[in-house]
Amino acid sequence: MNVVRFMLQNRTQVLELTWEHLWLVGWSTFFAALVGIPLGILIAHRTRLNKPVLASANIIQTIPSLALFGFLLPVPWLGERVDRLAILALTLYALLPIIRNTYDGIRGVDPAVVEAGRGMGLTESQLLFKVELPLAVSVILSGVRVAAVICVGLATIAAAIGAGGLGEFIFRGLAMVDNRVILAGAIPAAIMALLADFGVGWIEKRLKPR
Amino acid sequence: MRFGKDRGLRYAGRNAWGTTLVIEFRNVSYRVNGVHVLSDLSLHVARGETLVLLGRSGSGKTTTLKLINRLAVPSSGEILVNGAPNDQVDVIRLRRGIGYVIQEVGLFPHFTVERNISLVPKIEGWPEAKIRARVHELLQIVGLGPAFASRYPGQLSGGQRQRVGVARALAADPAILLMDEPFGALDPLTRDELQREFLSLQQGLHKTVVFVTHDLHEALRLGSRIALMEAGKLVTLLTPAEFLKSSDPWASAYVRAFGDRLDSAVNRGAS
Repeated sequence: MNVVRFMLQNRTQVLELTWEHLWLVGWSTFFAALVGIPLGILIAHRTRLNKPVLASANIIQTIPSLALFGFLLPVPWLGERVDRLAILALTLYALLPIIRNTYDGIRGVDPAVVEAGRGMGLTESQLLFKVELPLAVSVILSGVRVAAVICVGLATIAAAIGAGGLGEFIFRGLAMVDNRVILAGAIPAAIMALLADFGVGWIEKRLKPR
Repeated sequence: MRFGKDRGLRYAGRNAWGTTLVIEFRNVSYRVNGVHVLSDLSLHVARGETLVLLGRSGSGKTTTLKLINRLAVPSSGEILVNGAPNDQVDVIRLRRGIGYVIQEVGLFPHFTVERNISLVPKIEGWPEAKIRARVHELLQIVGLGPAFASRYPGQLSGGQRQRVGVARALAADPAILLMDEPFGALDPLTRDELQREFLSLQQGLHKTVVFVTHDLHEALRLGSRIALMEAGKLVTLLTPAEFLKSSDPWASAYVRAFGDRLDSAVNRGAS
C-alpha cells in the first residue's frame, strides 16, 4: 500500500490540506444556505420570480469551474485573497441545489394544510415557521447535502488558483505523474464527501418532524 | 377609527324579523381574469342559524365562503361580519373569530392532535392549563376520547380526522363556523354519523354556520335555510320544507335528481 505509506509520511500536510479543504467547503455551503434558503422561500411565495432566479442559478452551474475561478481573479477585493475568491465561487455553485430544493420543499406542502392554517388566522410568518418550513425541512436539507457534496468535489479545483485544499495533491500528482500523490488528495476528498453526505443526512433525520 | 365604529353600530342593527345579522353580503361580485365567478350576490345569515350553500361544482359556493374570512377579496360590493365591513378589520383577528373546516381537513401532519387543536389558543396566549382543559373538552364534544390527544393525523381514519378538524375550528370558541363540504370525502356511514353529531352539537352551541355542500340530502338535514346557487348567482333562498315544495325550476330539478324519501331528511330542529 504505497498510497497509505505516502500519506502517513506526509500526514501533517495531508491534515493541513484536509483542514483547508474543509474550511472552503464549510463556509461556502454555509453561505449558500444563508442566501439560498431565503431565496427559495421567496420564489416559492412570489412565483413570478421563480423562473428568473432558477434560470440564473442554472446558468452559474453551467460555467466551467476553472473558468469561473479565473474570471474572478482580477476582481479587486476578491483577488487579494484567493480563499475568499474560492469560497465565493463555490458558494455560487452550491446555490442551485439549495434554492431548487427549498422551492420544491415549500411548494410541496399540501395546499389544504396551508389554506387551513391561513383560514384559522395564522399570519404569513407563523404559517412559514410553524407549518411550511417544518414540513419542507427534509427536502431543503437534502438540497444542502447535495450542495456540500458538490463543494467537496469542486473545491479541489480551487488549488489551481492557489487557494489550497486537497486539490494541491491532485494537481501536484498530475504534474509529477505520480498516482500516490493524486490519491493522497482524492481519497480524503472522497471520504469528506461521504461524511458530508452522512452528516447532513443525520441532521435531516433529527430535524424531520416525527 | 371612529368612522369604522360608527359604521359598525349602524350596520349591527336587527332586521325586520328581529334577528341579529351576523354575516351580510351586499351586491358582491367576484371576477378572476374577467370570468364572473359570482355576480351581484346579496344574502344574510342570522345569528345561530345554519345557512347551507347548495349548488354544483363551479357554482361559486366555495368562493362565497372564502369571501367571508377574506381568503378571497370581492371585486365589488361588501361583506359585513358582525356588523362591520370585513375589509375594515384586521384580517388575522377576523379569521381567528371564524372557525374554518374544509373537505381536505388540512390538519398539520407534523403536530399531534392536541397541538393541532391548541395552535390558535396557544398563539393567543391562553394559559397552559386552560388550553389542556379546552382540548379535552373539544375532543369530548366531537366524540373522540382524550387518548387521541397524543396521536398524529396520519394515525387517524378519515372520519376521526374530520372530527379533529371540527374541534380545531371550534378551539378558540368562534361565533361563526364556515364549513366547506366537511363530510364530502367520508363514507356514507361515517357521514351520517357526523351529520347527526353536527346537529346535536349545533343544538348545544348555537354557532352561526355557513355550510357548503352539493348534497341535497345533507342540505335538507342540516340547514335552517338553503341558498341554491347556479353559475355564480343566488337562484333561491328557502327553508328545507319550502325547498321540497318549490316550483323554482332549479330547485325542483335538484329534488328530482335526488329522488324520493327526501321528506324524512328535513331539518326540524329549532332554528
